[in-house]
Amino acid sequence: MNVDLRILRYDPERDQAPHWENYQLTVDPMDRVLDLLIKVKAEQDGSLSFRRSCGHGICGSDAMLINNRNRLACRIRVDQLGRKISVAPLPGLPVVKDVVVEMSGFFGKYRSVKPYLINEQPEPERERRQSPEDRARFDDTTKCILCAACTTSCPSFWARPEYVGPAAIVQAHRFIFDSRDEGAAERLEILSDEDGVWRCRTIFNCVEACPRGINITRAILEVSSAIVGRRG
Amino acid sequence: MLLLRYRGSEGMVAWAFHRISGIAIWLFVLLHVLDIYLAGGNPNVYDDILKFYASTPGRIMEVLLGAALLYHGLNGLRIMAMDFWPRLTAYHKQIWYANWVIFIGVGLPGAFVIMKPAFGW
Repeated sequence: MNVDLRILRYDPERDQAPHWENYQLTVDPMDRVLDLLIKVKAEQDGSLSFRRSCGHGICGSDAMLINNRNRLACRIRVDQLGRKISVAPLPGLPVVKDVVVEMSGFFGKYRSVKPYLINEQPEPERERRQSPEDRARFDDTTKCILCAACTTSCPSFWARPEYVGPAAIVQAHRFIFDSRDEGAAERLEILSDEDGVWRCRTIFNCVEACPRGINITRAILEVSSAIVGRRG
Repeated sequence: MLLLRYRGSEGMVAWAFHRISGIAIWLFVLLHVLDIYLAGGNPNVYDDILKFYASTPGRIMEVLLGAALLYHGLNGLRIMAMDFWPRLTAYHKQIWYANWVIFIGVGLPGAFVIMKPAFGW
């Protein structure tokens, strides 16, 4: 089938501002948007820049705005989108080139919530044991691949880039509710900041955008409940 | 504009309506402060404003105000319910649609009562 692919191109060395460019492609309906981008780069314009790594929805490199919704290019097929496909960089982040965005701010927020096990107790002889029930408590938020589709789909983040964002809160949730971790109080303090969890307006764009199907809004609300419970 | 271009789902529409209805209610509160002030400040103008409220355009505005209040209140309850019970987030769309059922069920009779005199009923 033939598709009309529109890509928001931007080369900081050549262009004043991003602009749309159209590409006509003959593709298989089962091709993914990532296949289309690779095809354009190979056959039509080698200067097209985009990130991809595993190509199978695990690494989270190729999140972009596809048909005005954040998705992974490797997880969305042509038959799910139709003949007209638009591809643009993730909203709200500075564009480096074409659909490659500057992620250092995003990862800075990720680091700010201390996304690692904090436990000052002496290491046990074998592993730190945990019951299946305790593990289930944070199972959903272990699935995050840090693709930034959620944070950059959030109107609160667009309005205030300082907002720590859904992805960082998901990462914090993963440790706050881990029975082996002792750093919950520190993380809740960080997230009770004015740019922490309170900026969530329960818009659910993050949940819709998450390629791993994480109920992000639930995680955010559980963290805010924990903050309120700690104070009460 | 990103806000209009991004294709969110029910949650984003619910939030946008919440903001729009919130601004509408705030504008009404300003108007209400003004008209109540006029009751003492300038009773003649106050009477004229009340006459406008009773006219057909005034009643249409009143219906719109009622719609904004009803939507904002119902959606506010939806948000608060999810705040208290985060598990409900899994059903946020269903709750929103249930809100619309209540909105129509309560709003239509209310609008009928407000508009009745405009049709001479």
